[in-house]
Amino acid sequence: MVTRSRDIAVLIVVILLIWQGLYQFTGTGLLTAPLDTFARVLRLLGTPNFWPHLHESASAFLRALAIAVGAGLTVGMALGAHRLSGEVAEPILVALYSIPKVTLYPVVLLFFGIGMPAKVVFGAIHGVVPIAIFAMNAVRNLNPIYLKTAQILKLGPWATARKVLLPATLPEIFTGLRVGFSLTLVGTLLGEMFGSQRGLGHLLMAAIGLYRMDTIMAITLLLVIFAITINSILLVVDYRLHRRV
Amino acid sequence: MAKGEAHVTLQGVTRVYPGVAGQQPVHALGPLDLELVKGEFFSVVGPSGCGKSTLLDVLAGLASVTDGAIRFEGVPIHGRVPDGIGVVFQEDASFPWLTVEDNIAFGLRQNSVEAGEVRRRVDHALSLMGLKDFIRAYPAQLSGGMRQRVCIARTLVLEPRLILLDEPFGSLDQQTRLLMGDELLRLWRETESTVLLITHALDEAAMLADRIGVMSARPGRFLEIVETGWPQDRDSRIVARPEFGRITGRLWSHLRVESLKALGQDRPPL
Repeated sequence: MVTRSRDIAVLIVVILLIWQGLYQFTGTGLLTAPLDTFARVLRLLGTPNFWPHLHESASAFLRALAIAVGAGLTVGMALGAHRLSGEVAEPILVALYSIPKVTLYPVVLLFFGIGMPAKVVFGAIHGVVPIAIFAMNAVRNLNPIYLKTAQILKLGPWATARKVLLPATLPEIFTGLRVGFSLTLVGTLLGEMFGSQRGLGHLLMAAIGLYRMDTIMAITLLLVIFAITINSILLVVDYRLHRRV
Repeated sequence: MAKGEAHVTLQGVTRVYPGVAGQQPVHALGPLDLELVKGEFFSVVGPSGCGKSTLLDVLAGLASVTDGAIRFEGVPIHGRVPDGIGVVFQEDASFPWLTVEDNIAFGLRQNSVEAGEVRRRVDHALSLMGLKDFIRAYPAQLSGGMRQRVCIARTLVLEPRLILLDEPFGSLDQQTRLLMGDELLRLWRETESTVLLITHALDEAAMLADRIGVMSARPGRFLEIVETGWPQDRDSRIVARPEFGRITGRLWSHLRVESLKALGQDRPPL
């Protein structure tokens, strides 16, 4: 544990040193120094106008994530349980996963207009496919011996789903949720950047327009810290779930 | 039901798998007749693909018979798992997300057995199977043999009156299999259950069983039922007896022919 914490601290110091080195190499204008960026983050957090934007982004992201998780798990598990449907749908899902989703954004804007619904849908579109693919494969690859055992132990359909199917597929499903989390965040922010008047994505675009490099770096740093923190927690849970299998 | 009475009866049991995508139906099993006496240890040996596992599936109620009837304690089994039957599969069926203790207690908790009784039965099974030091371990932390012991313990705590074992030691090395065989004999004596063991290992069948059913190549039928005549308090040391060699030799004389049939090599070379 001590070694791990020390490794993380060393990694952070190395990243900061590289960042500082890059700043010194490129000169002012292209990047801001780490200390200046942290100072700007603190100033941003102290600005009352900043919080509604943060709230807007968080709200859009959580809604998008809820839709992506709900729809992804439902579709994925249904396709995993029905082999033929799964075999038909898999290439379609993989193709959807591969295309740049930003090409769909005009269609999303056409349907939902500029505002919260568009960025929620755009975020959900990013997250739903990997969650569905992982859930489908988790159910499809379920060891049939578990279901036979459930039958022998006289579990009903509901108990089999809750006590056997869910825990047996959870490690793989969770990996999908982790990937889906990151992509939903990317999708929501992209949605805010190109079709919203509020949120961190919008602030980022406004800062780009005004060439406010300190604000761009500060918002990016905030997003990076948030994504890394949540992803690290999910990674630990993911590792623990897989360790048992 | 008293010891010595018919516990399980199979009459004309046949299983045919319907043809898929224009293929011919597969006649996997039977017609097959058998009577298992209460408290006996019966082994089934046969060539690969002769329908041994199909026999276990229809006996456990995991699959329906196409023709014939199976009765357990006088009650027909037809595609429904009856009360009082426990099954140990060849594959590792321990649940990797549960600890050893929770794995063993799983079936009892599902059947709403009272907590104190669960504790008592699980403790007993843990000491019986030598798993007391691994209560909090997960299956991934155990060897293949220990995981199989967890599965056997999970079956035993339910106190089944008929235990069906489908090559439970198939993945273990020879020495471990002999020792696990000893443990199985001890458990059989202690529980007084009727045991049906499916195995491909002739020595395992000869060492463990009171009677051995030798199956033909598909569709599996019993060619001969061999009585071993072993005393009830036997253990793996009987493999050194001359009778043991005679029994395995007799089994092999049947199985050699049937195995060649199964491999499609029963015809003389052209």
